[in-house]
Amino acid sequence: MEAITGGTGRLPAAFLTPGSSSFMDFLDRHSPELLPGRRSLPEGLTIEAPHGTTIVSAVFGGGVVIAGDRRATMGNVIAQRDIEKVFPADEYSAVGIAGTAGLAVEMVRLFQLELEHYEKIEGAVLSLEGKANRLTTMIRSNLAMAMQGLAVVPIFAGYDLDLGRGRIFTYDVTGGRSEERGFAATGSGSVFARGSLKKLYRDDLSGEQAATLAVQALYDAADDDSATGGPDLARGIFPIVSLITESGFRRLEDDEVSEIAVSITAGRRQHPNGPQAPSSSPPQP
Amino acid sequence: MSTPFYVSPQQAMADRAEYARKGIARGRSVVVLTYADGIVFVAENTSRALHKVSEIYDKIAFAAVGRYNEFENLRIGGVRYADLRGYSYDRADVTARGLANVYAQTLGTIFSSVGEKPYEVELIVAEVGRTDGDDQIYRLTPDGSVVDEKNYVVVGGNADSIGNYLGQRHRAGMTLTEALKLAADGLARDPNGGSPRALTPEQLEVAVLDRNRVQQRKFKRILGGQLGRLLGGDESAATDDEDASGTE
Repeated sequence: MEAITGGTGRLPAAFLTPGSSSFMDFLDRHSPELLPGRRSLPEGLTIEAPHGTTIVSAVFGGGVVIAGDRRATMGNVIAQRDIEKVFPADEYSAVGIAGTAGLAVEMVRLFQLELEHYEKIEGAVLSLEGKANRLTTMIRSNLAMAMQGLAVVPIFAGYDLDLGRGRIFTYDVTGGRSEERGFAATGSGSVFARGSLKKLYRDDLSGEQAATLAVQALYDAADDDSATGGPDLARGIFPIVSLITESGFRRLEDDEVSEIAVSITAGRRQHPNGPQAPSSSPPQP
Repeated sequence: MSTPFYVSPQQAMADRAEYARKGIARGRSVVVLTYADGIVFVAENTSRALHKVSEIYDKIAFAAVGRYNEFENLRIGGVRYADLRGYSYDRADVTARGLANVYAQTLGTIFSSVGEKPYEVELIVAEVGRTDGDDQIYRLTPDGSVVDEKNYVVVGGNADSIGNYLGQRHRAGMTLTEALKLAADGLARDPNGGSPRALTPEQLEVAVLDRNRVQQRKFKRILGGQLGRLLGGDESAATDDEDASGTE
């Protein structure tokens, strides 16, 4: 408590000063050292830190699915086999992170708090666009670190209560934000995941099909990218798959994902390259 | 040249306490009481936007009476305190006791400082525990005193009379419907012994800290239709989650 009240036991003046509803703005004024973006590395130095890899996301009829593999790598070493890279941001949105794991997890913690803080102070929830823009600001503040190899590149997915549909936003290291149609992927395995999604994605997926699609795409990413981990049947470590619908965020239980992963793995025994897109043009109506 | 006249410290403090008490007594009361699944907050408040009851953190809520700008200021300070503490340490390290202490220091310093007028507010900070034995309710007065309350507490203009009413009728393990009915009946009483007023759901602001909520954040407002059905004695409405969106 001492660190927070400045040793007086009383709320410091900054706490009682009227200001914005943003927790980040408050931190910036009161405890700037706690802001992730305020740190800097010495010039020319690069640090090797665990990196998270592939996140995929796809919109379906009732919402949006967002999923991530579980591997963190440090150079050619697997740093962690069960890392979590998909987090609820609030009741109706989630963020999946690729890049430097330590910074990314911290960024997510601050982002979650930013949304919750706004909600408590204002008594209202930010629009989905508003949430996506707050994330932009955070990524932008990390640019100096990103230039030194500690980049964080998230996907933000959520259910837009006003529009009544799922939406996906992707970012680049400079904070550039773009809304994606249908599906998106980020991280080192994203090239392969995106190819997979492109061939398998349809407009009329159900939530269950979208979850299966996401695991298929992660399987393909793991197949060709050494930094992405596939479903680990031996250890029982499966991708994290979350669905966001009108009724809110839900992370699929381990046994639900395990069922999907086991069936996909079995399918790949017959067709190692996975399901095929039709090779002849579809019949004309 | 006039001689500055002497006021004894006792008299100065009594005057300040009297000033604050008068400010608080003008407002309608807030009732906080425990029930089987947690703690329920009931305030007489016709505004849908200016709240007397609010969420502070996962298991902690805040209720206040008195001057709006002053308790709103303290509420925001408390949210900032809780969020900063949870961010610096861990969510589990944010407690109602810690928050009540910080509020007590803040109110106490303002009360006894010569330059500031005392705050005309009375606050309640409550935390829902894992079991009903772990529930905590703290009442804070304008001079910075903290009272650790059990089972129920009332603050505001009509606190004594409502407190007596609740004291005779509150028991452990009430259902939400029973607790809400009791609180509403208490608020509707006339302190001068006249017939009770009729309070409609539109005049009440109700929220709960529900320990059985699956979400990390246990605070939930009870609004509109669900509130009407609960006040009407419909037990099944207690588990009704139709307008459950955490907060609105």
